[in-house]
Amino acid sequence: MRVLHQLWTCYWLQLKVISTSWFDGVLAVFFPLMFATAALMVYQIRNDPAQMQYAGLGAAIMGMWTCQGVVAASLLSRERGAGTLELLVATPTSMTRILVPTTLALSTIGLYCVIATLLWERWVFGLHLAIDSWGLFVVAVLFTALTLALFGFFLSVTAVRYRVSWALGAALEYPGWLLCGFVVPLALLPAWTHPLSWAIPTTWGMAAVRDSAAGTSPWRHLALCAAVGLVYCAVAAVLGRVLVDSARRHASLALR
Amino acid sequence: MSSVRVFFIGGLLSYRSLFNWLSPWILVPSLIVSPICQVLLFAYIGRGAGVGNDQFFVVGNALSYAAIPCLFAMGATVEGERWSQTLGLILSTPARRIPLFLGRSLPVILNGWCVALVGIGAGMLLLHVTIPASSWPSLMLVLVVASASCTGLGLAMGAIALRMRQGAVISNVAFCVLLVFTGVNVPVALLPDWMAHVAGWLPLTHGIEAARATARGATIGSVSGLLGRELAIGVLYAGVGLCLLNYFETDSRRRATLERT
Repeated sequence: MRVLHQLWTCYWLQLKVISTSWFDGVLAVFFPLMFATAALMVYQIRNDPAQMQYAGLGAAIMGMWTCQGVVAASLLSRERGAGTLELLVATPTSMTRILVPTTLALSTIGLYCVIATLLWERWVFGLHLAIDSWGLFVVAVLFTALTLALFGFFLSVTAVRYRVSWALGAALEYPGWLLCGFVVPLALLPAWTHPLSWAIPTTWGMAAVRDSAAGTSPWRHLALCAAVGLVYCAVAAVLGRVLVDSARRHASLALR
Repeated sequence: MSSVRVFFIGGLLSYRSLFNWLSPWILVPSLIVSPICQVLLFAYIGRGAGVGNDQFFVVGNALSYAAIPCLFAMGATVEGERWSQTLGLILSTPARRIPLFLGRSLPVILNGWCVALVGIGAGMLLLHVTIPASSWPSLMLVLVVASASCTGLGLAMGAIALRMRQGAVISNVAFCVLLVFTGVNVPVALLPDWMAHVAGWLPLTHGIEAARATARGATIGSVSGLLGRELAIGVLYAGVGLCLLNYFETDSRRRATLERT
């Protein structure tokens, strides 16, 4: 019960902090929305309904990647900058139980971005997405958000020694949009990039979202999405302990 | 003589100390990896949509990303001084404001030009886009003019940063507006009328059109009208920026809000 209370408190507190931030809360929604707009404008030139359906679904989900990737990479650097990293590391609560609720809060902003983009597509582009099963669509989106939070946890831990990790997070934005197949079919990308795409849970989540919209079963892709996300979570949990212990041993935790 | 020194030496010193993106840990991901990836992203979107050609997207997006250092570095000239607690010192000097702030824009223009070249070079290497050798001198000049024009807008953004704390957010919003409105990925002729009208008053619009024409082999003379308009828009925004700087400086002194963060 105490664990649940800690997880909820951390999630809620971080959600309030992030959602009231101009950079993490407002810009994280606006920025991908404008890129989604640019992508949809390109697809709109031919105005092929099948292509617009493809691009519309991908554009809706691509904001989730921005909300998670850009901010998650710099989570620990921000704590360092605020002078609270040592306090977090010194608490008896594990880093996993601190970071996962935080990345879940980022995913929640990502869900807001999905809704905002769906409404934007309808109002601005007159795009009415054909969703065969809204229930499965919602499940697929929520699953994608959850596994993306686990991937964000991995990112935040691995970037603990990278003092300007925000630059890493920002640089991951475009590759993620390309590799996850949001607005570009993966088949168009060079074959050597495919394993990179498969290693990102969001690729499978996006495929599941498309399945649910098309009326086919999304469960296989959701299972793959969960499996990849759990691998990242497990690796991050171990790495987090190793990297933080190393930073404490070398007294380099607070170094900037 | 003092103004010339402030313009050149002061501008260079300011750029080196305030634009912290010059650290390789930031420069490589932000000004090399990201422009390449934006070029690739939209070139593949174009392929997926079956519209345009790679050269169209490479030139447009390389120039679009050149706006990033232009907008952010000029914002940093004000915000960076504030965070370094030197803004008050700078603005209490008798140095003339025009060389003080315009001098900071020269290295930024060069930076934007380099970023545009990185994007185009990557497009040529990775997407096999070809640009005739005879087009390069004209294209280089167009890129300089477009970077200068964006830096004019950046100066206006920097002035706003004198009043607002969220300089990075303002610069990002301006970048997004340029991405959607200036014909980076969709020709201005295909935009709705009101968007095309707005585009005519933004930096990059004419620069991108001129760059695409020169990349296809047009002479510099044939795009001189576009270049002139691009430069005029840049000068307009720089003028607005200098006026805003003057106004916000005076107002901040009156309200004692210069160092408010």
